Parts: sequence; structure tokens; C-alpha cells
Amino acid sequence: MGDFDFDVIITAIPFLLSGLKVTLILTVTAIIGGVIGGTLLALARLSSFKPLSYLAGGYVNFLRSMPLILVIFWFYFLVPLIVGRPIGGFYSVLIAFVMFESAYYCEIIRAGIQSVSKGQAMAGKALGLTYAQSMQFVVLPQAFHNMVPVLLTQGIVLFQDTSLVYVVGVHDFLVSADIIANRDNRLIEMYMAVAVVYFLMCTMGSLAVRILQKRLAT
Amino acid sequence: MQYNWDWGILIEAPYLGWIFSGLYWTIVVSIAAWIIAFTIGSIVGVARTSSNGVVRGVATVYVEMFRNIPLLVQMFLWYFILPEVVPEAFGAWLKRGMPLPEMWTAVFCLGTYTGARVAEQVRSGINSISMGQRHAALAVGLRPNQVYQHVLLPVAYRIIIPPLTSDFLGIFKNSSLGLTIGLLELTAQTRQVSEYTFQSFEAFAAATALYVSITFIVMKIMAVVERRTAIPGLISLEDK
Repeated sequence: MGDFDFDVIITAIPFLLSGLKVTLILTVTAIIGGVIGGTLLALARLSSFKPLSYLAGGYVNFLRSMPLILVIFWFYFLVPLIVGRPIGGFYSVLIAFVMFESAYYCEIIRAGIQSVSKGQAMAGKALGLTYAQSMQFVVLPQAFHNMVPVLLTQGIVLFQDTSLVYVVGVHDFLVSADIIANRDNRLIEMYMAVAVVYFLMCTMGSLAVRILQKRLAT
Repeated sequence: MQYNWDWGILIEAPYLGWIFSGLYWTIVVSIAAWIIAFTIGSIVGVARTSSNGVVRGVATVYVEMFRNIPLLVQMFLWYFILPEVVPEAFGAWLKRGMPLPEMWTAVFCLGTYTGARVAEQVRSGINSISMGQRHAALAVGLRPNQVYQHVLLPVAYRIIIPPLTSDFLGIFKNSSLGLTIGLLELTAQTRQVSEYTFQSFEAFAAATALYVSITFIVMKIMAVVERRTAIPGLISLEDK
């Protein structure tokens, strides 16, 4: 441990940043895709049309009982097969993350929708809004307002989970560090750097969520 | 879409054996890790509610450390970094002397990581009990550790069974990360089957079916446990 070499980390910074960029792109795209997919799934789950509700429920429970690594393997194998040509690991894992996170976001959003009092939807109906309109203008805005902290916390979990793209070798933050760690035989420096960066980013993220939560509550 | 189906490979030797041995290690690692997670989680969770600021601080640091570093990075730290930073003799033992290094690393990594999650559940369980109970217990002359042992914890554990169930299921799923350090658990074995036979669909379908079954069985068992231990007067499963 005596020869911990900071220079190794400093010279690696540009390469690590390019990896971090991939991690962040994956995280942000998966959050956006996951929230959209999750909203649609939540609406389907709460639908009074039973087959749709069961289908959405089945999808959510199915994906939630699988390990993320297995989901990544599934899509890494399936996506090129369906598309008919190789499309590269990045897009396969991106689709995997969106599909996987949609299931988790669905449960958060469903709870959020259910936390809006029934009177609101009825009042919307009384004013002559259609179901879609009352969802769009009355229920969902309030639901999202209540959910923002939970959605962001899930975003932090997702940010950590993107490190699992390691298993199919997409060049994210961890994989870039891993490449240099093995090339220069500097495992301690690189892995410690990765751990510290993740720790700081996630801690700051959770602090921000906590502050936001207090502000929304008042 | 071009694909040649062959479900038969799943029951052929040696692939069937691989899948079963993977299932075996997934279960063994998960249960061993759960024992550690539950122990650490109970201690740290209680410490988080302690009136002693130092104890509370240490427990908070533990939880934040393990929650804010990705599990995969933690796995690498345990496996590659720990042997390098501990005293040399112990490091050498970790690298060469320890039996089943991948398995024990995965167990400790998953156990300490999930322990932080369990700690948060235990803390919220204890905090959800009204202060009056704590005060009443102290008033009848129980010592602080007796208050926890006889009054707070028996109630707290029962309240937090649902979130604990999902943490327990989380361990089974997260045990798949063991494959990154060479643990041949279920996901690793099915990937191996897929690579040897090119029947990826069948192999991953087998893994999926087994994970779904594990989830199903655990949920059924925990639903029974929850019903048996339900606290009269609180909203329980039957009321839903």
C-alpha cells in the first residue's frame, strides 16, 4: 500500500472522463426511457380493462424477479437477433436498461398515482374532462410532484447499476478504469479512484434529493 | 429472425449438471450472505437509533459507504484490493490459503452490502414504534439493551417483514454479480451453456425460470411468515 501512485490516476483522467460520459449518457437515457415506459406501464396496471392490467402486472413482476445481469445478457443476445444485424453492445444494454428500469419506475409511479386523492380524478370528470385529459392535466402532474424525490433516488440506484455493463464490455466508467488498471498493473489506484468518485457522486446526489424533499414538503 | 431451437440441450449432460450446480451455488451464497446481512443489519440498525452520538455516527458512515458505492465496485475491492492492503501474511492467505475464495468473497461482499440495507429497514422499524413504548419499558426498570431485546425489536422485525423480503430476494438476484470474480453461480453457468451450445435462448430461459421460481417460493414462504407473525390491530395482509 506504501506505493500508492496518484500520478497513475492523474494521467488516466481524460480516459476515465470519456468512460464517465458513457455512464452518464446511459443513466440519463435510461431514466428518461424508464420514466416514460414506467408511466405507460403504471397506467396500464391501473386500467379498468383487466387483460391490459394483468399483462402490465405480469411484465413488471417478471422483470423484477430477474437479476439485472441476466436481463443484460438476454438483450445482448436478443436485440441483434431481432434487428437482424449486429448493433453493438451499447444499444443492446441501453434497451435492456430502459426495459428493466421501466418495471421499477412503474411501481414508483403507480404508488404516486394512487397517492393522489380520488376526489381529484372525480372533480376532473365532473368538469367534463375525459379520462386521458384528467390523467394528463390533473392526476399525473400532482403524482409526479409527490414522486420526484423517489424517482431521483431510483435514478441514483440506476447510476450505480450501469456499472454492470462491465459484463458485456461496454466502455463505461468502471470498464475504462479496469482497462488502465490491468494495462499498468495499478489495480489499487484505479479501483480506489472509481470507488471514491462513485461514492462522492452518489452521496452528493442523495444530499440533493434530501434537500429537494424538504423543499417540496413545505 | 434466424434461430435453431433445441430445448433438448437443457437436459443433456453436462449442461443439466452445470445448471444445477449453478443453482446450488446461487442458493448457498445467498443464504450465507443473508445470515451476515441480517446480523450486521440488526446491529447497525440498532446503533443508528442509539442515544450515543459516536455509535450513531459510525453506523451512519457504514450505511452511507455501502449504499453509495456500486455493488460491482465493492466486489472488486473485496476480491482484488483487500488482499493488497491488509498485513502481508493475511493478504497471502486471502489470495492462496483461503478455501473457495470466490464464494467467500461473494458472500462477504453481498452480506456487508445488504447489511446496510437491512440496517435502514431495522432503523425505520424501530423508529415507527411510538416513543411511549420505549419510555414505558424504561419506566418499569428495563435496561436499554433489555428494552431493545424484549420490547422494540420483537415489534420492529415484524413490521419490516415486507421490505426485508425484498432485500432477501435482492440477494438472490445480486448473487449473479459473483460471476465477475469467477463464481460459477446460476447466471454464470447458463452463460457458459449458451457459449458452449450457442443455444442462448434456451439457456437464459432456464435461468429466468429458475430465478422466477426462487422469487415465487420465497414470496409464498414470507407471506406465511407475515401472516403468522402479524401484530393484532395493525394493517396486515388480510385487510388488503
